[in-house]
This record gives sequence, structure tokens and C-alpha cells, in this order.
Amino acid sequence: MSFLHLAILLPFIMALFVPFFYKWFKNIHTGWFVLILPIILFIYFFQYIKPVSSGSNTYSTADWIPSLGIQLTVYMDGLGLLFALLISGIGALVILYSIYYLSGKKEELHKFYVYLLLFMGAMLGVVLSDNMVVLYTFWELTSLSSFLLIGYWHTREKSRYGALKSMLITVFGGLCMLGGIILLYLVTNTFSIREMVTQAPIIMEHAYFLPAMLLFLLGAFTKSAQFPFYIWLPDAMEAPTPVSAYLHSATMVKAGIYLTARFTPVFGLAPEWFWLVTGIGIFTLAWGSFHAIKQTDLKAILAFSTVSQLGLIMSLLGAGAASLHFESIDNNVFTIATVAAIFHLINHATFKGSLFMVAGIVDHETGTRDIRRLGGLMTLMPITFTIAIIGAFSMAGIPPFNGFLSKEMFFTGMVNLLEFDLFNVDTWGILFPILAWIGSIFTFIYSMIIVFKPFTGKHQPEKLEKKPHEAPFGMLISPIILASLAVLFGIFPNVLSYSLIEPAAASVLPYLLEEGESFHVHISHWHGFKIELFMTLGVIVLGLLLYIWLAKWNKIYRLFPQKWTLNNAYDRSLRGLEKGSLKIQEAYMTGFLRDYLGYIFTFAVLMTGWALFSKSAFSFKTDGNAPVGVYEFVLAAVMVAGTVTVLFAKSRLTSIIALGSVGYGVSLFFVFFRAPDLALTQLVIETVSVALFLLCFYYLPELQKREKLPFKLTNFIISLGVGTVVTLVALSANSQRVSETISKYFIENSYKEAGGKNMVNVILVDFRGFDTLFEITVLGIAALGIFSMIKLRMSRGEKS
Amino acid sequence: MFDMVMMLSLLILAVSTLFYFYRLVKGPTVPDRVVALDAIGINLIGMTAVISVVLKTNAFLDVILLLGILAFIGTVAFSKFLEKGEIIENDRDQ
Repeated sequence: MSFLHLAILLPFIMALFVPFFYKWFKNIHTGWFVLILPIILFIYFFQYIKPVSSGSNTYSTADWIPSLGIQLTVYMDGLGLLFALLISGIGALVILYSIYYLSGKKEELHKFYVYLLLFMGAMLGVVLSDNMVVLYTFWELTSLSSFLLIGYWHTREKSRYGALKSMLITVFGGLCMLGGIILLYLVTNTFSIREMVTQAPIIMEHAYFLPAMLLFLLGAFTKSAQFPFYIWLPDAMEAPTPVSAYLHSATMVKAGIYLTARFTPVFGLAPEWFWLVTGIGIFTLAWGSFHAIKQTDLKAILAFSTVSQLGLIMSLLGAGAASLHFESIDNNVFTIATVAAIFHLINHATFKGSLFMVAGIVDHETGTRDIRRLGGLMTLMPITFTIAIIGAFSMAGIPPFNGFLSKEMFFTGMVNLLEFDLFNVDTWGILFPILAWIGSIFTFIYSMIIVFKPFTGKHQPEKLEKKPHEAPFGMLISPIILASLAVLFGIFPNVLSYSLIEPAAASVLPYLLEEGESFHVHISHWHGFKIELFMTLGVIVLGLLLYIWLAKWNKIYRLFPQKWTLNNAYDRSLRGLEKGSLKIQEAYMTGFLRDYLGYIFTFAVLMTGWALFSKSAFSFKTDGNAPVGVYEFVLAAVMVAGTVTVLFAKSRLTSIIALGSVGYGVSLFFVFFRAPDLALTQLVIETVSVALFLLCFYYLPELQKREKLPFKLTNFIISLGVGTVVTLVALSANSQRVSETISKYFIENSYKEAGGKNMVNVILVDFRGFDTLFEITVLGIAALGIFSMIKLRMSRGEKS
Repeated sequence: MFDMVMMLSLLILAVSTLFYFYRLVKGPTVPDRVVALDAIGINLIGMTAVISVVLKTNAFLDVILLLGILAFIGTVAFSKFLEKGEIIENDRDQ
């Protein structure tokens, strides 16, 4: 247990106290209390930069379930530190923003901050855990708290829909990941990620490698909203804007990125990993940016843009895995992809966070986020406009903002892939830079839409619910800080290079480095006249032209029918699943006892028959059987006739009489087989039950249908089957006795040990008196039950 | 010889039970069937007695007595049912 453990647990502890703060300090916005925590955490994590960048990682263990190898192990290396700083830093800014965004009087703040703190703790747990089971626990906690946050305004239909959708998809991925964790555990016998990395070659050889990898990727792709699992993210925009800014742009959606980066050393050498991560990432980039343009809601544009940017980072991580195929970092051009991924991860958090906050401000001050109703806000909200410009230009990749740098590096990484000569990249590899370039053009277009649609053009006050004006200063602080960071990282990118990016890259690609070596990270604006520069120029020129002519080519979006969208597929499959299961349930849960009895008997017959047949267990031996007398035959005939009469009797009374005769016949068989006690009991019980049947008769409606029982073929077959199988089993069991019976002991000892000559009775009350006790109990319960059923008939409308 | 006689009487009793049973199944009215059941009970007494002799045991004498009682009770119960439609009359119901 170290302070690092406490840092993860602190948000949870804080969450416990939030409702009290809310209750006791009604006049102070609860957010102010909460704000302290992420700031402390940020400062605390900030101190780790120095040790981590000099290569010393912190590792600390606390016991949780040591017998299962599940330990609360925290591990602070470059990647974990980067994410921890993002989580606590942006967390602090988002909480500050939410203080002004959410009204203390109208909203249920205690719930909001409890959920948010839960999420923050869970997210810190995800990125700092070394134990995979602990990681999975926190992973599901992020899903859960995200579900709660999306459904924060739970009275709205759409919020509930979005929350449910994100829950289903991310939990599906989470469970897949759990499967992957278990498979990896089976291979390596450890839950520790660090030990797993050292065992990577063993894992590569193992048969479980591919399934484990695919399951992990499913987890990462669902969480990080990759194609085709991105559909939950746009619907998660029903959450309050601080939540969207925090969870759905900066942190939670990057948990999948984190997972991919974390497990690159384990899986990265496989060609499937390279193709899946890079391919799906680049496709998500193009797809998300293409679909962002047709959105009219600011937050929906941002959601699709998040999807596409996450695809970008994902593809870079995949491309970075290519560098693992080289022995060292000398001339290893693919490491730049990993560096670019990490750099863009930081950049995306800065500009996307600020853009979401801008969207929130616009929504807050005008009452709408619909770009068709917004316009001309530039002069009314100059500060917001400036922030939006910085964010959007950074996202579009325009110098001098940080997005430009990471986009250039992205192009470099993708172009470098053309030199990669493994896994047939030479044939299809050309698609990577092309898709990247197309995606960047669309990115440019929607970035322009975000800035210019709401802020320039004609102001239409009549369409707005409120009179727009600049946001309060407190609301602007957080986006201003983020935008300044975007500019700062844009102009001086190298403040990050060796403090954060290099250690993070070193933990993504651990075994490329020799002792004391480090990646060469130098981010510069000017690369010289290289292909990346022309690609960027092309993006800007083409993007501008396409933006100007947007209205003309906009129509192509209508070419895709609504039916073919993935959302529709999701909705339909969900409805289909519900309908299908309802149909199946209705088909077999008929509510009729006879149907269920049919299933039970059929199953019993089929299973027993199959076992008899497949094990060839049937045998029939007659040696050792007693001789059969003629009178026994005659008595058996009487009983068979009685049974048949029961079945075919026209009235119930005949059935009862026939049943009585069968019972008497049984008692005579007991006599034949020398069981006087049984015969006595059987006779009494038979008489009593016949009398009971007659008693019931009185209460039955006038002997209803006096006709025969209707003949049903299925019933006949089933009953025949049951009889046959039971007979076969009885015969086989009788023919295959394996050992002597233990009755000899009772014969010898019933007088000697128990002092009784009636052996049956001695067994009942002496050798095995325990059974008798509970048979007595059964009779007592039955008597009490009958008594209470007769006496307590409340449902008849009588007084209780 | 003695055993032969015993077996023969058992067989005769069994066959007579079979005939009673025919009456029980066929019997046009319910009283026919009840009487058949009663007679089957008495036949069982006979068979039990013969079996006891064959097996040289007196363990089944209880059974004979019980059969006698039960056959009587059963027949009475049936008769009462046929007569009044119920077996145990509840005074308060009337």
C-alpha cells in the first residue's frame, strides 16, 4: 500500500462524502469541494514526471486476493503517467467548468459529482493497474459510471436510450476483454502485465494467442468507439456537456487506446494485430470524419470527430507496432508512428476538450446547439469564438497549433508504412496514406463548419430561445486553459517530448531500447519539402474548396438510405432479439402443465434411451430369477386389465374402482413375495386413498364429460417410450448386479443388536430410524397443509 | 399331493378373481362394480390364507383380518357415496 494506491482510491473516498457536502453546505456549489481533489492529484502526478522521464518506474503492490494471483498492483511508467495527468488535469478543468455549467439549484449535484468521482477513480485505476483483473474491474466501473453520467437527466427518453446503448456495447467489449484476460492467464499463469510482456514470445507461439488478441481488440474497439462499435458515442452526447468533454473526448474513450498501447508489446508482433489495429483505425478515421459533416448538432459533429480522431490514434498505434520487427531503434522509421500517436493523444485531449466546452457554452447561452439556427455569434461571444478557432484549427491541422504537428507526424507515419515489407503491406499499404489523406480533408471541412457556421454569417435572434451573450468568466477559464495549451504545445512542442512522450513511447515499445537508450523525439515545424508538407497543403486547399461548395455536394449524404446505417442495424437487431426471444418463449412456455410434463418425459426418455443405446448397456439374463407360478400370471393379468381399464374407463368412478383393484392386487403381490408389513400398509393406504378420491368426487362438477379420454398420438408415444425405457433399465439393472446385497447384515444382527425379530420394523426404527423421522415429518406437513388449505380460503372473498 | 391341491386352489381363486374383475370392468352399473370389488377383496383373503399355508407361516394372518375389515369399510364407503353422494356427512352443512 503506497500513496499511489491512495491516489486511485481517493476519488472513491471523496465520492462517499459528496452527498454530505451537498446536504450541509447548501449555499456553496458542491463542485468547489470536489475540485480540490483532482488538483491535488494532478500536482501529485506531476511530481512523477522527473523520475519517470529518467527511466525509473514506480511499482507497488497491496494484497487483495493473493491466493488467486490478484493483487492491487500499481505501476507508474510513462504511459500510465501520461494518462493519469490527462485524467486528473482535464478532470480538474471539467469540474471547474461544470461548477458554472450546472446550476446548483436546479440540478441534483450530489449525484453528478458522485458519478464523476467514481469515473475518475475508475479511470485512474485502469491506467495505473498492473494486474489485469484489477484493470478489468476498473474498466467495468468506467462503463458503469459512464452509464450513470449519460443517463444523468434520466427523465429524458433519449438520455436513457443513449445510456443503455453505451452500456450494452461497452460491457459487451468488457466481457470479451475478460475472456482475453483469462486466456492470457492460462498461457502465462500470471495476471501481471509487466510479466506478460516478458513472456511475449511464449504467448506468440501459443494456440490461444489469436483468440486472446481478438478478444482484447474487441474490448479496446468498443470502448474507443472504433468501427463498427462507434455508434454509442454520438448517442452518449445526451449527457451534460462537461461529461461529454471529459468522458467522451478526453478520457474514457481513450481507455481502449490505452489498452491497445499497453498490450502492443504482447501482441504487436502478429500480422493480425498490425492489420486490424491499423486498418480499422484508418477506416474509422475516414468513416467518422465523412459522417461528421452531415450532422447539424454541434455535439454530434464533435462526437463523430472524436470517433475519427480516435481512429487516427489507433491506426498510428498499429503502425507503430511495425517497429517491433526491427532489432533496435537505429533507422527504425516506424517508431515515429507511436510517438505521433502519443502526441496526438495529448493534443486531442486539449483541443477536443475545449471544443466541447465551447459547444456547451453556445448551448448554455443560446439555448440550442443546432448549427442551422445558430449564426453570427462572433461579435456577441468573442472569447468563445477565439477558443473555437484555436480548437478547430488545431483539429484541422493548421499551423501553428498543435494539431498541425501531430497531423504531419501522422502523415509521416502512414507514408513510412509504404516501406514496410512484411505482411504484404506493399500491395495494400498504399491505401493507408490515401485514406489518411481523405479523412484529413473531411476533418478539415467539419472543423471549419464548427467554427464558421455558428459564429459567422447572419445572426437570427428570432430562432433562439435566449438572447445570446458572452459566457460568465468562470465558464471560460477551463476552455481558455485548454486552448492556451493547444497553442503552447503548438509553438513549443518540445516541452512535451522528453518529459511525457518519450517515456510513454518507451513503455509502448519496451524491448527496442537498450539500457540507457531513449527514443529520439524532436518535434519541429519544418521538415523541409517532403511529401507530408504537400499532403497538408493539399488538405488545406481541397478542404477549403469543398467547404465553400458544401451546399452543392452535400446531397450525396442523402444517397445513403437510413435503413443501411449501423444505428438502424443496432436498433433492429435489438428489437429482433427481443422479439425472437419472446417468440421462442411463447412457443415453449405454453402455461399448460401437460406440455411441460411432455418436455420432461421426452427429455428423460431420450437421454436414458441414448445412454442405454450408445453405451450398449442393455442386457437381459434370466439366471438367478425365481420361478413364476400360474397364479402370479393370473394376478398380473388382473392388474394389467385394471390399469387398462383406468385408461379407457368412461366414467371417473370406474377408474377409481379399477385403481382400487390394482392396489389390492399389489398388496397380494406383497403377500406372494413375503412382505406382510408392506401388504398391511398397502391395503390400508389403498383403502384410504380410494376413500379420498371419493371425497374429492363430491366437490367435482357433475361428472363432466362422460366420454373417453381423447386419444393423442404424441402422448401415446411418450408414455410408451417412458414405459419401454424404464422396463429396459430395470431389466438391465437386474441383470448386471455387481456386488452382494447388504441384507445379510440385517438378517444376522436385527435380534442380536437391536432386540427385534421383525426385521423390517427394526430397520425402520432402529438401523435407519432417521429416514422414518422425516417420513413422519412429511406426513405432519401434509396434514398441516391440508388443514390450512381447507381452513384458510382467503381468495374466495371470505374474511381472513 | 398336498402342494398340488394348494396350487390348484390358488389357481381357482385367481381365475375367480379374474372373473370378478370381468364383472368389475364390464359391470353395467356402479353397484355391480362395487360388489365385484368387495368379492375380489374376499378372494384375496382366501388367496392370502392359502399362500400362508404354502409358505408355512403365520405372518399373514394380520393381513387376512385387515382385508376383512377394509373390504367391509370400502364397500360401506362406496355404498354411502352412491346413496348420498358423500362419505362423511357434515352436520353443519345441512
